[in-house]
Amino acid sequence: MKMNRNVYKAFMYFFIYAAVALTLAVACFIVGFVLIKGLPFVSWRLLSTKPSYINQTIGILPDIKSTCFMLVFTLVIVLPVGVGAAIYLTEYCSNKKLVALIQFASEILSGIPSVIYGLVGMLCFCQSLKLGTSLAAGGLTLAVMTLPVVLCTTQESLKAVPLSYRYGAFALGAGKWRTIYTVVLPACKEGIITGAILSAGRIIGESAALLFTAGFAHKTLTVALYFYAKEQGEFEAAFAIAAILMVLTLAINLAATIFNKRKIK
Amino acid sequence: MDKEKLIKCAFFVLGMVSVIAVGFIVFYIFSAGVPGIVKVGFKNFMFGKVWASTAQNPKFGILPLILSSLWGTFGALLIGVPVGIMCAVYIAQIAPPKLCAVFEEFINLIAGIPSVVFGLVGMMQLVPSVAKFFNLADGASLFCAILVLALMILPSVIKVSVASIRSVPAEYEEASLALGATKIETIFKVILPAAKSGIASSVVLGSGRAIGEAMAVMMVSGNVANMPRIFGSVRFLTTGVASEMSYAGGMQREVLFSIALVLFVFIMLINTVLNLCFKGKTK
Repeated sequence: MKMNRNVYKAFMYFFIYAAVALTLAVACFIVGFVLIKGLPFVSWRLLSTKPSYINQTIGILPDIKSTCFMLVFTLVIVLPVGVGAAIYLTEYCSNKKLVALIQFASEILSGIPSVIYGLVGMLCFCQSLKLGTSLAAGGLTLAVMTLPVVLCTTQESLKAVPLSYRYGAFALGAGKWRTIYTVVLPACKEGIITGAILSAGRIIGESAALLFTAGFAHKTLTVALYFYAKEQGEFEAAFAIAAILMVLTLAINLAATIFNKRKIK
Repeated sequence: MDKEKLIKCAFFVLGMVSVIAVGFIVFYIFSAGVPGIVKVGFKNFMFGKVWASTAQNPKFGILPLILSSLWGTFGALLIGVPVGIMCAVYIAQIAPPKLCAVFEEFINLIAGIPSVVFGLVGMMQLVPSVAKFFNLADGASLFCAILVLALMILPSVIKVSVASIRSVPAEYEEASLALGATKIETIFKVILPAAKSGIASSVVLGSGRAIGEAMAVMMVSGNVANMPRIFGSVRFLTTGVASEMSYAGGMQREVLFSIALVLFVFIMLINTVLNLCFKGKTK
């Protein structure tokens, strides 16, 4: 009996450590592989020029510009909407069914695959609103896609603001809006920033939703990676872009961790 | 007073944006997808075994795509879930706090890597290795897609499982230890069964991620609409849409929207199951 228990224990510990080691090894391998393969190809010329057919060189400056534009455009739309929706849910809405409905809708949005966002974005923004395949159409699509991220993180941090803060403001004669604006929102700004960072990660990493909405003409870095790797067979450029994306991912994760820690304090 | 009401109204509008967005998505997907299914015929569409959208006499049977998506998801779960649960056990129960924080950083990193980067690494490293190891002419196959997807669903599985393991009351663990069970017996015979609805929802969440992934799969699976074979080139529902949409027109385009509709219905089914899981947990 004793023997069996020890064997069981050894087996289970083996499985646990094997799983952890495997996960760590694969994560390290991917990061290392991409950085080692890609960083040598990241040159100033690549970063600062347009692609040129005459000189047969590849430059990703337009792609970097598109990515930056997409990032700013999407955040400018999604942050007010997401934060506003979260404020409505936690501060204003007293109808429980309505809260459940909005949360259910946000859950559905977070589960929809990006290909479907791409198709609906194409139908709705590119065709019905006549934006064509453009950065604006891509940005609007991504704004809908990242809405649940912002809504969810903001809502959580709003809930964490103690009720006594609000009572204090009310007692001092502040109205509801003034309380939210001057007391509640400043108390949870780390949460909102975390939400913004997380959605920035989603925006930079998204590709499938942008294929049909922004297209190859306005390609962001991820779409450019796909374009060079799969359509053109330019693997050096693809790896260079992958390395840049990896560095951005690492930076975003680091920033999110830092703000999350501040939030807890 | 009036100003407060106005502000409340403004926030109400912002709150309804997500509901309206869902409404629009459902409307567009159904109105674009249904005509294709009607024209091809439901039975021919769902159970037709041949997908030849650009042929002279085009055939639009998406059974190969559906089965590939299902097998791919199933395979990814088969690998990803056990590994994910073991990692979650490590994070929630075994790891010292400092190591735990480092490991969680790695998990977040995997979650943050763009899917095209997974696709690129899969295409350049995994596919040739698989071809060499199993002696295949071309390594791009369902098998590669499963491996990549298994890795991509790991973060969702781990995060939700960790949360549910952590929410098991400490008394359960203490009682089990007091009765003489070892730490490991407590984990696998008391804590995991107590956390099973949360773990189940992590599995469902992972399957949603796997079935909806497009770019990484497109880069490693070979993208030929065969009936699924483990080492054969396959096309998923997602990649079927993504790979042909850019040049499709007419009938082919309508059918691609129909594929998206099928995918959407699958996702909604998964969401419903997920909701039932969560409701079961709160009871």
